[in-house]
Amino acid sequence: MTTTDSSTTARIPRGKRRLGDVVFANGARGSGVLILAILAGVAAFLIGQSYDSLSANTANFFTTSEWAANVREEPAFGVAALAFGTILAAAIALLVATPVAIGIALFIVYYAPRRLAAVLGYVVDLLAAIPSVVYGLWGIGWLVGQLGPFYLLLERYLGWIPLFAGPVSTTGRTMLTVGLVLAVMILPIITAMTRDVFQQVPQAHREAALALGATRWEMIRMAVLPFGRPGIIGGAMLGLGRALGETMAVAMILSPSLVVSWALLQSGNQTIAAHIALQYPEATGYGVSALIAAGLVLFAITLVVNMVARFVVARRKEFS
Amino acid sequence: MSKRIDVSGLHVYYGDFLAVEDVSMTIEPRSVTAFIGSSGCGKSTFLRTLNRMHEVTPGARVQGKVMLDDQDIYAPEVDPVAVRREIGMVFQRPNPFPTMSIYDNVIAGARLNNQRMPKARADELVERSLRGANLWDEVKDRLNRPGAGLSGGQQQRLCIARAIAVEPAVLLMDEPCSALDPISTLAIEDLISQLKENYTIVIVTHNMQQAARVSDVTAFFNLAGTGKPGKLIEMGETNKIFTKPDKKETENYITGRFG
Ligand SMILES: Nc1ncnc2c1ncn2[C@@H]1O[C@H](COP(=O)(O)OP(=O)(O)OP(=O)(O)O)[C@@H](O)[C@H]1O
Ligand SMILES: [Mg+2]
Repeated sequence: MTTTDSSTTARIPRGKRRLGDVVFANGARGSGVLILAILAGVAAFLIGQSYDSLSANTANFFTTSEWAANVREEPAFGVAALAFGTILAAAIALLVATPVAIGIALFIVYYAPRRLAAVLGYVVDLLAAIPSVVYGLWGIGWLVGQLGPFYLLLERYLGWIPLFAGPVSTTGRTMLTVGLVLAVMILPIITAMTRDVFQQVPQAHREAALALGATRWEMIRMAVLPFGRPGIIGGAMLGLGRALGETMAVAMILSPSLVVSWALLQSGNQTIAAHIALQYPEATGYGVSALIAAGLVLFAITLVVNMVARFVVARRKEFS
Repeated sequence: MSKRIDVSGLHVYYGDFLAVEDVSMTIEPRSVTAFIGSSGCGKSTFLRTLNRMHEVTPGARVQGKVMLDDQDIYAPEVDPVAVRREIGMVFQRPNPFPTMSIYDNVIAGARLNNQRMPKARADELVERSLRGANLWDEVKDRLNRPGAGLSGGQQQRLCIARAIAVEPAVLLMDEPCSALDPISTLAIEDLISQLKENYTIVIVTHNMQQAARVSDVTAFFNLAGTGKPGKLIEMGETNKIFTKPDKKETENYITGRFG
C-alpha cells in the first residue's frame, strides 16, 4: 500500500507555465517579429515604388551623377554623386567626432573632479537632445562665417593635398562645414555611449593595470579602451547612422551641386537625405520614384554600415 | 632583488574614519609573512598601503612611514607608479585582462617599462614567468588564446605570472586562494613556497591551515570593538603564534574562540 502511495506522490509535478512568463515570452517574440516585418515592409515599399523610374532610366543609376528625373519619359539620373557626398559627409563627421568624444568621455570618467564631471555629463545629455534644425541654424548663422580664415590657412599650408585644394569657397557653405556641423551634432551621442561603457569597466581590471605599475594613461590603454571598444564602436555607429540620415542641417548649409569631388573647401557635393528633402516638393514625372530609389540606396548604405560594425564587434568576441 | 619592508606608526584613514591604527612591523626578505584576523579588521586596507594601491580609493590616506630597504615609499618625490613596479600585487579574484591573450597578459606589465622589447626577449620572459608560476606546461600550446578562458586556478597563476614578469622585489597577495578549489589552492601554495627564494611575500588569508603551511611569520590583526580601528595584536614566528602565542586574544582567535 505505502509503496504505491509514495510512488505516486513522489512524482515531481509537471511544470506549470505561469501567465506572466507566457505573456512576456509572446510579447517579446511578437515585438521581434514586428521589427523584422516593418523592416521588410519598408524595403518592399522602396523597391516597389522605385521600380518605375529605375526601369525607365536611360542612364546607369550607380555611375551617373546628373539628376534629370522630373520628366514624363526617358529620365536620366543616378546616385553616384549623392552616395559619395553622403558617405563623405558622414565620414568627416565620424573622423572628427569619435576621437573628441573618446577624449571627453575619458576626461569625465577618469580625470575631472567629481562635481565638474557631473555637470559635464549633464551638458552632454542635454546637447544630445537638441533637434538638428537648431544645429543647422547655428551652422549657417554662425559657424559658416567663422571658418573662412581657417579654411584659407588650410588651403595655404595643406593645399597640396587634394582634399584641401583651392579655390576656397567664399561663402563657407562647403562639405567640410557640413562635416563639422554633423560632427558637433553626433558628438554628444557618441560621448554619452562611450562614457557609459567607460564607467562600466570593472574596478578589478583597472586595479590589475595599476598594480603592475601603470600610470593613469597606461591603465586607460591597457584596461579601459580594450574593454570599451565594442561600446565605442556601437556609439560611433549610432552617430554615423544619424549623420548619414541627417537632412535639415545639410540642406540648410550646403550649396549643392551634383558632382563627385574630393575638394572639401570648394562648394559642391550633396547628400541623399538633403537631396530628397530639397527635390521632393518639386518632383514631377518620374521624379518621386527616382527620389525613392535614392532613398533605397540610403537604406542599403545604413544596413551595410551596421552589419560591418556588428562584424567588427563580434570578431573579437571571445576576448571580451 | 628581494627587499625588506619596515613599517612604523602607520595609521590608515578612509576620509575621517580611522580603519587601521598604529601598525609597526618588519617584513623580512626571502620569507612569507601571513596576515590573519577577523573580517573587517583592516588586513586588505593595510596591505594596500604597502604599495600605495590604497590611493586608488577616493578619500583613503595614511600617516606614518613605510620603508622599502632604505627608501621611504611615501617620500614626496617618490612616484606611486614606481613603487608598484617594485611591489607587485595579486588580488582575491583572478583578474586577467579579458581582452588580452595569455601571452599578452603575461607581458602586459613588462611592456610598460620596455615598449620595444624584441620578440625573442619577450618570448623568453613569457616562458620564464609562466614556468615561475607553474603554468607553462598547461598553457604552452595556447598562448594566443584569451586569458579569461582558463580555469579559476589557472587564471590566478596567470595573474601571478603577470606580476612576477615585472620582476618586483615584493609580492603582496590578498586572499589569493579564496575563490579557488583545494587542488588549485595547493598548486598556489606550492608556488608561494618556491617564490620566496626570490621575493618578499605577504599573504592575507582566512585559512589558518594555509597560514600555518606557507608562512614563516604570522601577523594577527583584530578590531578593538565595532566601529573601532583595526590593530596589529601580535606578530611572530608562525610556529610560535600557532602553538603558544603571547596574547590571549591571539590564542582565542587561533583556537576558534572569539570574544
Ligand atoms: N573603500 C572603502 N571606503 C571606506 N571604508 C572602507 C573601504 N574599504 C574598507 N573600508 C573599511 O575599512 C575597514 C577594514 O576593511 P578591510 O577590507 O581592510 O578589512 P579586511 O580585514 O580585509 O576584511 P576581510 O577579511 O573581510 O577581507 C572596514 O571597517 C571597512 O568597512
Ligand atoms: Mg580583505
